[in-house]
Amino acid sequence: MSNEDSGNRKIKVVGGGSAGSDLHKSYPIGGPIMTTPFKVIMVIAAIGLFFMGKRFLLGLGATSNLSHGYPWGIWIAYDVVVGTAIGSGGYAMALLVYIFNKGKYDPLVRSALLTAFLGYLFAGVSIVIDTGRYWNLINMFLPQYSNITTSIMMEVAISVATYTLVLIVEVSPAFLERYGNSKLRRRLQKVIFVFIAFGVLLPTLHQSSLGSMMISAGDKLSPLWQSMMLPFYFLFTALIMGYASVVVESFAASQILNTRLEKRLLVKLTGFVPYLILVYLVIRFADLVYQGAFGVLFQDPLEGTSFIVENLLFIVPMIILFSKDARNKRVNLFFSGISIVLAGAIYRFNTYLIGFDPAPGWTYFPAFSEIFITIGLISFEIMIYLIVVKRLPILPKVVFKKA
Amino acid sequence: MKLERRDFMKVISAGAVTATTAKTVRSEARTALSEDAVGILYDATVCIGCKACEVACKEYNDMPSSSSYVNDQFEVKNVWDSPDDLDAKTLNKIKLYKDGDGSVKDREKDGFSYIKRACMHCADPDCVSVCPVTALTKDPVTGIVSYDETRCCGCRYCQIACQYLIPKFEYDDPLGQIQKCQLCSHVIAEGGIPGCCEACPTGASIYGNVHDLLDEAHQRLDMTPGTTYDFPVRMVDSKDRASHEVHEYVNYVYGESEGGGTQYLILSAVPFGELGLPNLPDHSNASVTEKLQHSLYKGMIAPAALFVGLLYAAHQSVKYHNRSDEEGADE
Repeated sequence: MSNEDSGNRKIKVVGGGSAGSDLHKSYPIGGPIMTTPFKVIMVIAAIGLFFMGKRFLLGLGATSNLSHGYPWGIWIAYDVVVGTAIGSGGYAMALLVYIFNKGKYDPLVRSALLTAFLGYLFAGVSIVIDTGRYWNLINMFLPQYSNITTSIMMEVAISVATYTLVLIVEVSPAFLERYGNSKLRRRLQKVIFVFIAFGVLLPTLHQSSLGSMMISAGDKLSPLWQSMMLPFYFLFTALIMGYASVVVESFAASQILNTRLEKRLLVKLTGFVPYLILVYLVIRFADLVYQGAFGVLFQDPLEGTSFIVENLLFIVPMIILFSKDARNKRVNLFFSGISIVLAGAIYRFNTYLIGFDPAPGWTYFPAFSEIFITIGLISFEIMIYLIVVKRLPILPKVVFKKA
Repeated sequence: MKLERRDFMKVISAGAVTATTAKTVRSEARTALSEDAVGILYDATVCIGCKACEVACKEYNDMPSSSSYVNDQFEVKNVWDSPDDLDAKTLNKIKLYKDGDGSVKDREKDGFSYIKRACMHCADPDCVSVCPVTALTKDPVTGIVSYDETRCCGCRYCQIACQYLIPKFEYDDPLGQIQKCQLCSHVIAEGGIPGCCEACPTGASIYGNVHDLLDEAHQRLDMTPGTTYDFPVRMVDSKDRASHEVHEYVNYVYGESEGGGTQYLILSAVPFGELGLPNLPDHSNASVTEKLQHSLYKGMIAPAALFVGLLYAAHQSVKYHNRSDEEGADE
C-alpha cells in the first residue's frame, strides 16, 4: 500500500501536473514530422515499395523463394502471424481495462490500440501481396463462394477484417478529441462498449484459429509444434506477447519520443505475465511429453535448436518477472519484454516455417526482395505511427530529460 | 491413471467431448464414396516407363512444356523435356526409383521401379476442406476434385494441407493459378477416359469405377507370382487385355485407406515409402481440424455466450469510467 503511494507521488512529480485526472490524459507529441530518422525510414520504405511493384508486375516467383513445398514464407509467418500477435497489445489491454475493469492501466491503452490497428492493417496489406490471385480475395466475403463451414482461413479472414474495422472505431476517439466535434464523440461513447466487446471477442477467435490453421498441415509440421492444442497456444502467446509488446513500446516511446514512462503501471502489468507464461509452458510441455515428441529434439538440429531458443526466451523472463524487486529495475522490465516478444515470435515462426517440412528435398530461405518487402511494410508502419502520435493524443505527456 | 490423463487431454484438446459413436458414423460419412465414383489404378509392376501418359496428359489438358536443355536445343516437346517432378506445367509424372546397380525391375534392393504421380482425388480431400473460397470442390457423383481459377484467391493453403504436394501454383506468372490433375473431367463428361489411361499401352494405368478398381487391385494381390495374367488395358472392364507375368506385390493397396482413402490406387513391388508416397493415417487432417473447430464453435453457442459476457463487462466498465471521469471533472 505504501509502495503504491510513493509510486503515485513519484509520477506526479515527473508529470508536473497538479490535477490527478491530468495524469491519465494523452497528448500529441508535437514537433516536426520530417526529422532525419523519419527520412531514413522513408528511404527504406521506398525500397520496399519498389519490390512490391516488382512483385505485382513480375509475379511471386520473381520476388520470392516461395515454392510448391513452402507456399508460405515470411510474408505470412512474420507480417500476418507474428505481426498480429505483436498487435495483440490492443486485445490484451482492452481485456484488462474494459473487461476486468482495471481502469488504472488506461494510459497504456491508446498506444496499444494504435499499434494493434497498424499491425492488423499491414497484415492485411501483406495478405494482398502474398496471395497469387489477390483480385479474388473479395470472394472470401461473398456468401456464394466463402467456405465458412470448413475453412479455418475463411474464419480468420472474416474475423481479422472485422477486427481491423473495430480498431478504427476504437482508435477514433483520439482523432475526434483533436479534430472532431464533441457531439459525435459523446454519441460514440454511448455505444463504444459494443465495439469493445467485439474488440475482445474477435482476437480471441482469430488468434486461436491462426493456431488451428496449422493442424491441417498434419505430419508436415514437426511433432514439436503440431498439436491439437495449437488454438490454445496461439491464443495464450497472443496475450502474453500483447502485454510484452506494450512494455517494449512504452520503453521505446519514452526513450525516443521522451514521453513519460508509466513505470509503476508496467511493474504491475508484468506482475501477472509470468503466471500466464507458466500456465502456457506447463500445458505445452505436458502435451509434448504426452505426445512423446521430445525425440525430435535430437533428430533435427535446426528444429531442436529453435525449440530450445523459443522456450528459453520464455523461461528466463518468466523467472525474472516473478520477483517484484527484479521487476522494479527498468533494465529487467525492458529486456524481459523484448525476450517475451521474441519468444512468441520464434514460437510462431517455428509453427509456420521452421518446424514445417513438406517432404525431403524442399528448402526455404526468404529472398532478398522478400525480406525488403517485409522491412518496407514495417517502415510504413513506423512512419504512420510517428505521424499519428505526433498529431493525435495517443501517448502520455512528454517529459524533458534531465541532462 | 494413464487412461485418466489421456481422457483429460482429450477433453482439453477437443474443447468438448463428442460421443465416440457419433464420431465413427461421421468419419465414415466423410469418406464414403458414391457408387459412381471414378478413379485410376496404377500398377507399377506393369509400367514400362514409356511416359506415353505424360504426353497424353499434356495434350488432353493443353499444358505447356516445361523448359529444359533438350527442349530448348532441339525443340522436342512434352516428353523428353521431362522435369524431375510434378510442377505447374506437369499434372502427371512418371518417376523412377533406383537402388544400387538398379539391375532388376520391381526389386527394392539393387533394383528399380517406376511410380506415376498425380492427384490422388481423396475421398475426404484436405485441399477442399481448407480452401477459403470453394475454388476446390469434390464432385458428389464422380468424386473428382476440381479447381476453379475464377474463384481462387491464390492463398495456397491447399499446398500447405495436401500431404501429396499435388496443387502447384504458377509462381512465374504474375496472374498465375493453381494447377492440378482433374482426372480429365472435361473428357469424361463427353464419354471419354483420362488421357493417361487412354495412352497407356500396357495397362499400368486403368480408368474405371473406384469400387471395381479396388476389386481388381485385391484380385491382383491374390495372384501367384510367376503366373501370367491378362491385364485389362485403358479401362478396368476393358476387353482389350495385355498378358504379363505377375510380380510379387507389396501386399497392400496404396490409397485404400490413406487419409480416409483415395480414388487413385497404386500397386507396387517396392515399398510405397521408397517410392516417395507418404505414410498417412486412415483419416484426413481436415477431419481432425474440422472436428476440433466444430466442437469449439458448435452452434456458435460458445462464441455467442462469450460475446454476451463481454458486452456486459464492457458496458459496466465504460459506465464506471464515464462516471469517474465526470467526478474528476467536477473536482
